[in-house]
Amino acid sequence: MSSAFALSSNEAKQLATGETDTRIKTLSQLVSRADESAYRLIKAMTEDSVKIAGDHVLIIEDGKAIDAVSGESSSLPDSAEDVISNNRMRGELEGAMAALRLFSKDAASRMEAAGSLLKEPDPEKIPLLRKALASETEEAIKSTLNLALAAASLGDPDPAIRLHAAKEIASHQTPQTILLLNQRLADETAPEVRAALAGSLREVQAALQWGDKLGVLFTGLSLGSILLLAALGLAVTYGLMGVINMAHGELIMIGAYATYVVQGLFRTYLPDAFNGYLLVAVPVAFCVSALVGAVIERLVLRHLYGRPLETLLATWGISLMLIQGVRSVFGAQNVAVENPAWLSGGWQALPNLILPYNRIVIIVFATLVLIGMALLISKTRLGLFVRGVTQNRAIAASMGVNTARIDTSAFALGSGIAGLAGAALSQVGNVGPDLGQNYIVDSFMVVVLGGVGQLAGTVYAALGLGVLNKLLEGLAGAVLAKIAVLIMIVIFIQKRPQGIFALKGRSAEA
Amino acid sequence: MNQQPSPQLLPYQSAPLLSANGWRGFIVALIVICVIAPVSNVWVPENSPFHLSDYAVALIGKIMCYAICALAMDLVWGIAGVLSLGHGLFFALGGYMMGMYLMRQIGRDGNYHSDLPDFMVFLDWKALPWHWTLSDSFIATLFLIVLVPGLLALAFGFFAFRSRIKGVYFSIITQALTFAAMLLFFRNETGFGGNNGFTDFKRILNIPIATQSMRMTLFVLTGMCLLGCFLIARYIVQSKYGRVLQAIRDAENRVMFCGYSTLQYKLSIWTLSAVMCGVAGALYVPQVGIINPSEMSPANSIEIAIWTAVGGRGTLIGPIVGAFLVNGAKSWLTVVAPSIWLYFLGLLFIAVTLYLPGGVIGLIKKLTGSRA
Repeated sequence: MSSAFALSSNEAKQLATGETDTRIKTLSQLVSRADESAYRLIKAMTEDSVKIAGDHVLIIEDGKAIDAVSGESSSLPDSAEDVISNNRMRGELEGAMAALRLFSKDAASRMEAAGSLLKEPDPEKIPLLRKALASETEEAIKSTLNLALAAASLGDPDPAIRLHAAKEIASHQTPQTILLLNQRLADETAPEVRAALAGSLREVQAALQWGDKLGVLFTGLSLGSILLLAALGLAVTYGLMGVINMAHGELIMIGAYATYVVQGLFRTYLPDAFNGYLLVAVPVAFCVSALVGAVIERLVLRHLYGRPLETLLATWGISLMLIQGVRSVFGAQNVAVENPAWLSGGWQALPNLILPYNRIVIIVFATLVLIGMALLISKTRLGLFVRGVTQNRAIAASMGVNTARIDTSAFALGSGIAGLAGAALSQVGNVGPDLGQNYIVDSFMVVVLGGVGQLAGTVYAALGLGVLNKLLEGLAGAVLAKIAVLIMIVIFIQKRPQGIFALKGRSAEA
Repeated sequence: MNQQPSPQLLPYQSAPLLSANGWRGFIVALIVICVIAPVSNVWVPENSPFHLSDYAVALIGKIMCYAICALAMDLVWGIAGVLSLGHGLFFALGGYMMGMYLMRQIGRDGNYHSDLPDFMVFLDWKALPWHWTLSDSFIATLFLIVLVPGLLALAFGFFAFRSRIKGVYFSIITQALTFAAMLLFFRNETGFGGNNGFTDFKRILNIPIATQSMRMTLFVLTGMCLLGCFLIARYIVQSKYGRVLQAIRDAENRVMFCGYSTLQYKLSIWTLSAVMCGVAGALYVPQVGIINPSEMSPANSIEIAIWTAVGGRGTLIGPIVGAFLVNGAKSWLTVVAPSIWLYFLGLLFIAVTLYLPGGVIGLIKKLTGSRA
């Protein structure tokens, strides 16, 4: 910053002491000039480290006094008094700091400052904004500054300037623009400016409509992919094997906790590779859940095949024990799983549509798991055996298939996929002992709706339920949407008791 | 008690309601509930070993309500083979109907001294919502306790059984039903007190509710209701209607091919069972003093099934025994070692399904049978 506008000792004194009104006036003059020494003084005042000795205003840094005007170190006389700012002055100082941060060297804090100026449009900040615009190089910050400038001009006393700003602002198609226009529309009195404001509002709203629609679709897809992950494991254990596994939600929970543990280990032992922890956590979550699943199958389910209601009760018992087990080990509180850096943030697809990276990655991940499972079931030897055992256990056994081992592997596979779902869920939601309980009803609904033994049905049901849920949420709120969806499923099952894709057959017991 | 359903020769002969031993046991239970318990609670001095403490009265009263639920569950699950995971909903609905009446009985004694229940004042409502219209009348409340769970069960059962939803499908859908209802009752707008539900009851029929005599009255009433439900259930099981239900449980398709419309049988027992649960809930609320949406959580409903399974399903007396065993263990363990309780309950689920398909009653029968 040039020294031509350097702080004069008179200004420094006016800022530091005297009538609050005069001090504020001096402050706004200093802010619109935005020079280095003024910035330093204002910053020191917000931190309460300014003293005044006679005509000299002194900044105290690390116990040493610096003259605010000359910037040279000086002695600190015993007679120096603290500069005292009342609450009003303090508020003004904070605002000034925000404005001055527009000239910070750090782009992120410039962006933040521009954003905060946009939230509280003030015509007095127009010169400041112009100055910032002239020196700004980053496109994104420039556009925010332009919008803030237009917003500030909307409050200008001159109707001609307001009219110009009202037309100009329509080129910024963001949700904030709508907010600003609505705010201004409530206060505006001049009829032609009102018309211009309303016109801009319509224009911006029309432009944003697409973004809103796509946003709902995306969150729906995202929810659908989470449901799909949660339900894919069930599609194996329930759909193929006919086991009602009420502990499925807890296997998801175990996958999420496995991710939490891996994350903790990376933080402690491999902090440099922290961003890569998910690559390790995903297979670990799969293995841990698969192992737990295999143990459950060997110890309990093995004895209950063909008795679905008993299986339901026994697996419910298992789920209670798993929940309490996790509570004993990790505590009843939720644990924090931190996203790796590459999963935080999002892709700004449209001005009002940000697609978070973690959601995008989960959609991709769900697709990969789905493809992997479809290939596993249709192409591999294990898949062939699983299908054989499901279709006709006795014949499969007489062909030499070890049906007991296939049961264990298939159940472990379904459980492992639940673990994968847990690893994914840990990136978007809370991880706690009750995590699984929230998904068990939903994932059963998906499998029941999709039709038993049908991967394609599961996919359609999961995505359909996800999008439908989010659409209704926009209309009626989250809880009512969920209730409406449950009622719709019950009605749907009236019509098609076997789900969307029913296996055609003659069995009376189907 | 009588034996498990045994093959009967045609034509059907009606079996006695209870055996001689059964009647003896029934009379003993009646005397214990109606005479011994009140005497030892009210008139026996507190330091006597025969004194029944107020805590025990409250606990046993509560468990008797649960036992009615378990009995109702046995009728649909043990006898007709339809496992419901939504019976907690009917229990809670009966409780809510009673709770609404009790809320109105508070009158102006609430914290805000308003004509409306406190939570409505808190939500700034000016008048009672429409569904509270009948809540001032005790007679109407008695009807609602039967009608609300009954009609809901009738409507839901009609659609579910008509489209031949059975087995696990049915169980999961009933679970979804109670889950949806829980979400609905958690909302403040639905007018059932949201999260907190109803509590702070003051009186019933204008008589203060927190007195020893009122507690004892409710206790005796609950006990007689339990015994009454048991006789009804027993009558059903011994009748031809009950035999058809058991046939449906064992081979529904064969029953249909024999010309029976299984829809009517299943629907009627399902509705009756829901009504029993509703009554149990209505008796439960004044004794426990609170009703909130967590009673509708799927976990509660599935616990009813475990009481039935522990006692021995299809035996009628078993579920009552099971309700007492499990809930007795629960109230003991949650005091002694709270963290153990869920492990214990979980193990119980697994152990009973794996090793005790006949429940405690089945075990006793096996042991006495092998000795004889």
